Amino acid sequence: MTEQNGSANGRPLLEIKDLKKYFRVGRENLKAVDGISLEIKKGETFGLVGESGCGKSTAGRVLVRLYQPSGGEVLYGGKNVHEAKGDEGRSLNRKMQMIFQDPQASLNPRMIVGDIIAEGIDIHGLAENRKERLDRVHELLETVGLSPEHASRYPHEFSGGQRQRIGVARAIALNPRLIICDEPVSALDVSIQAQVINLLQDLQKEFDLTYVFIAHDLSVVKHISDRVAVMYLGRIVEIADRATLYGKPRHPYTASLLSAIPVPDPQKERERRRVVLSGDVPSPANPPKGCHFHTRCPRAQDYCVEHEPGLEPQEKESHMAACFFPVLDDQRIEEPGTSRPYRAE
Amino acid sequence: MAALNGDVLLQVKDLRISFGTYAGEVQAIRGASFDLRHSETLAIVGESGSGKSVAARSIMRLNPEANTMVRGGEILFEGRDILKLNEKQMQRIRGPKIAMVFQDPMTSLDPTMRIGRQIEESLKKHLGMSGRRARERAIELLNLVGIPHAEARVRQYPHQFSGGMRQRVVIAIALSCDPQILIADEPTTALDVTIQAQILELLRELQERIGTSIILITHDLGVVASTAHRIAVMYGGKIVETGTLREIFYNPQMPYTWGLLASIPLPTADRSQELIPIPGSPPSALDPPKGCPFTARCPYAMQICADEMPEYTPFSEEHRAACWLHHQMAPNVEPPARIGGTR
Amino acid sequence: METRQRPLTPELFKPVGEDYRDNERIAGPSIGFWRDSWYRLRKNKAALVGLVVIVALIAVAYVSPLFSPYTPYAQDMTQTYLNPSGKHLMGTDNFGRDMFVRVWEGMRVSLYIALLAAFFDLAIGVPFGAVSGLLGGRVDGVMQRIIEILNGIPNLVVAILVMVVLDPGILTISVAIGVAGWTSMARIIRGRVLQLRDQEFTLASRSLGAGRRRLLVKHLLPNSLGLIIITLMLTIPSAIFYEAVLSFIGLGIQVPKASLGSLINDGYPQLKFHSYLLWFPAGVFSLLMLSFNLLADGLRDALDPRMRR
Repeated sequence: MTEQNGSANGRPLLEIKDLKKYFRVGRENLKAVDGISLEIKKGETFGLVGESGCGKSTAGRVLVRLYQPSGGEVLYGGKNVHEAKGDEGRSLNRKMQMIFQDPQASLNPRMIVGDIIAEGIDIHGLAENRKERLDRVHELLETVGLSPEHASRYPHEFSGGQRQRIGVARAIALNPRLIICDEPVSALDVSIQAQVINLLQDLQKEFDLTYVFIAHDLSVVKHISDRVAVMYLGRIVEIADRATLYGKPRHPYTASLLSAIPVPDPQKERERRRVVLSGDVPSPANPPKGCHFHTRCPRAQDYCVEHEPGLEPQEKESHMAACFFPVLDDQRIEEPGTSRPYRAE
Repeated sequence: MAALNGDVLLQVKDLRISFGTYAGEVQAIRGASFDLRHSETLAIVGESGSGKSVAARSIMRLNPEANTMVRGGEILFEGRDILKLNEKQMQRIRGPKIAMVFQDPMTSLDPTMRIGRQIEESLKKHLGMSGRRARERAIELLNLVGIPHAEARVRQYPHQFSGGMRQRVVIAIALSCDPQILIADEPTTALDVTIQAQILELLRELQERIGTSIILITHDLGVVASTAHRIAVMYGGKIVETGTLREIFYNPQMPYTWGLLASIPLPTADRSQELIPIPGSPPSALDPPKGCPFTARCPYAMQICADEMPEYTPFSEEHRAACWLHHQMAPNVEPPARIGGTR
Repeated sequence: METRQRPLTPELFKPVGEDYRDNERIAGPSIGFWRDSWYRLRKNKAALVGLVVIVALIAVAYVSPLFSPYTPYAQDMTQTYLNPSGKHLMGTDNFGRDMFVRVWEGMRVSLYIALLAAFFDLAIGVPFGAVSGLLGGRVDGVMQRIIEILNGIPNLVVAILVMVVLDPGILTISVAIGVAGWTSMARIIRGRVLQLRDQEFTLASRSLGAGRRRLLVKHLLPNSLGLIIITLMLTIPSAIFYEAVLSFIGLGIQVPKASLGSLINDGYPQLKFHSYLLWFPAGVFSLLMLSFNLLADGLRDALDPRMRR
């Protein structure tokens, strides 16, 4: 029995093709997402990483149909998600859900927790009667590690970590197949982050979920993801599986990001070589010409100012990086080995 | 690593601070003691609600006057108790002696005033500098914190600076009167990780160059590992462990510290290990627990933990922890394998 | 070192029981939004005074006529222009009518007009603003232009136009005031809806599949209730005042009916010799206005979610 999500015929669950999202702000065109292409496989956790302004949150919201794309398309099980209307649209709502970042703002302060969690159930009429609804709410609360008595409370009575768990409960209430997690732990303390991350991993196993995990914290992403894509100024600069990205990053931005993460180990902190990027992230309304990263890149050459790199496969097909002078093994980030731009071998 | 034998600059003794709210008395700090030495960076680590930010603001007496109650303790600086000073005396301390950098650079600066003027305000008020001298010093400070084209940028407004730059400006303002103590309350939390690295490096450089003592408030142990000399771990309004950097990271003696260390995902390329979270949530400050505040979430909690607050057990000159596990009658417990170290 | 209060026994070092463990329990009863706001309002002395005064004034206005032998319209030409006394607490006017009853009648009429005007605010202003904010884009543009045009016409002109079209009377005045005044409520609600529209909980609802109606009813309006109440509280004194202005220029309540405004208007020419005819209605009027403003201020603080603890 093949499911609509296309897993049986090996098709990826979600296909993103040259997705663009621009915002008009006054006279400027803010290119929040500037052409990204990805495939998300069923059952995987795909990490999407970048600093503020890189477009990852915007991309997430386009995926879950909160925004219409300015260009490109998103296909779920082969079907364009933004063209779905009516019943098809509703069905997509149930299949793709989102977990939001801010535990303060993601729950309606005027609604009790039970109603918040059951909102999806109410909208899609999934419960026959009040008892069924209540049972489902209790079940969901327990699944996320809270207790049924919490259903009659208001969000402000809970801590940040608990609120995020309520958000998770709300998202899984509809039995989605794909969940976009938009920085779900960024606003939490580290010890609480671990709670929520573990919860997400447990739920993934239990319900066979697929995640797109958006974050700016590389350590967290590394812990939970199978594959990771790094975004900079609306574009993807590198995609690889976890081990490769963290072990042998090719793109200088990825390498700098990794070297910038503070490690909670004093000895390692003193020993490591750090590449601290100079300057600030340029505005997405006015990205630099050529390679977007060249203004801050420690190894930028003249070539980079004039040409835009595309994602090219590195040693493995599955490892792509958009750089003319990728960081090869044993190289320091600041020293490009050659002055000849990189092409696929 | 300098300064472990430095003189004590600031001493906080058994500080107890509460806030009066319509819901009752919120006991934010319930007996915290720590000190700060010359030219060192002391990190106060704890999660939200542990009282660390309140502690920082208490040193500066920046808590809202109306409902802040000092329930006990002293903050000794230059031979006087800060808690007993009046506003006029405090104004002579805030700025020239002790300065603060806050978390959000977006809201720390006045959006309607040029950057130069904001720096000069402090110089004029506390050091009595004249217009031209003040302007020169402002440019000097901007250079010190690494803002390029300082002469031009000094005339710009905050919105023309990015987040990281703004934080540098805030640091410049804080340092303008050469304070002995800089309190940085989560200075990099709102910043991207590459900018965070820049700011932390700046703080380190500044300390080496000028010798300012820094109190760094944070919940991020990674930030601590790269900048602090000594660490005070705070939980539920109390300091539960203090020690040097290495002592805390490699030989922690309190289950909360173990929990903190075990719950951090590491960015190294090892096979990822299970994250061991600390279950539950921080205790209520309205109705704080009688004994050790960590009891409800501690995997090793004993009856005595719920009843009484443990005393501090010293492990070295700098290292001490408050935990009943160190009492002779307590069972032997090893910290989780991931932490390593010995008891 | 303190002396120990009790000796340490090995018993105490056994693992702690389940009831000490954190099971994500929440201490205390659930405090709903309204109860919490009420607590906060109570702490604001000025607002409480305002509330008490309003309630007291209303009570007197409705109860006192029951105890008085006089009616607001009964004329007695033998009793004209009497100073305040035991028999006539606020004196009598040029027709011998007891001012005490008349002032409270005036207050009742003024309040009635104000409440009607507030109703218009609610009925027109809130939906208009909410729809404008929610739909955005061109619809919002058009709706805002309508408001701007309406605001461009002086309120007085609008009021006069309405009164020319409809017969003079209490209802007409209310409609006139309401029609001129709903625009500020609309703008305020629109602002709030715009703010709420981008909040994560609204986005979450949309991603669950909520339609516009659900968004409005379950999310946007409940989170605007505070603002609505505060604005209404300010609309009321504003309407009372406006009615007084209309009366002052002769467009308000017609004799023999009385409103606070018309009474002030009548009392004003008598300032030289029978000033009590002005002071009493003016005094009640000022007290009412002040109290509503104090209450509205207090409510604004009490209902503001950002000032929570």
